[in-house]
Amino acid sequence: MQNEPSSVLDRFRQGELDAFETLFRLHRQAVYGWILRIVRNPATAEDLTVETFWRIHRARARFQPERGFEGWARRIATHAALDFLRTARAESELPEEIPLPPGTDPAVAEEIRRKTALAFGRLPPKLRIAAILAVVEERPQREVAEALGISVAAVKLRVFRALRLLRRDLTSEGIAP
Amino acid sequence: MNTQDRDRMKKLLQQALPPIEGEPEPGRDLWPEVLRRLDAQPDAAPALSWAWFDCALLAGLVGLAALFPAAIPVFLYYL
Repeated sequence: MQNEPSSVLDRFRQGELDAFETLFRLHRQAVYGWILRIVRNPATAEDLTVETFWRIHRARARFQPERGFEGWARRIATHAALDFLRTARAESELPEEIPLPPGTDPAVAEEIRRKTALAFGRLPPKLRIAAILAVVEERPQREVAEALGISVAAVKLRVFRALRLLRRDLTSEGIAP
Repeated sequence: MNTQDRDRMKKLLQQALPPIEGEPEPGRDLWPEVLRRLDAQPDAAPALSWAWFDCALLAGLVGLAALFPAAIPVFLYYL
């Protein structure tokens, strides 16, 4: 995300639409990318980006310019995505093609991928977000903690619980990770 | 779960849900939708709902204090 002059932040806080649009143009791509990494569906990520910026505008009076816009926006985006995951049906779209290690049966690999994605979708949303950002996307734990509004230790605990639940679920499906 | 287990789970997850590379962009301009959303749901409502919530909470506390006056010092202690 990019930095913006403090005057824009102050004007945004006072409710000026021009300043809000400036911030939207500066941060929309980063907010969209962050949400896409969580929900993994472009159309949903676009809708949640709109929702996020609406929430940002609504909460502008509570914005503290000295703490920066980037982290604040990311936190609001994370909570919008979390609210979506809480109400959405547990499902995950599989990616198109992934190169397989030599000697791997493509049908077996596809089945494992499908079951892993479905099992991941069954995890509680709070655990899913922590795992997808920290493990799959390999984002720094401090960044994930700030986005979720929790401590780094809590992120580690959520990731640990997510992986343990996932392994248990996969084992019951006949996959031994 | 040891480090090896964690690495295996990580690899499995990244095969099922590959990391998103780069900085993807939305497929359309979202600003008009943000404006429509602002027009449709102006931000006065949340403040009002919080005010109602605050009033209800205050009324509950006053009621509790009236019914159980002995609880007031305990409440103040934990405040």
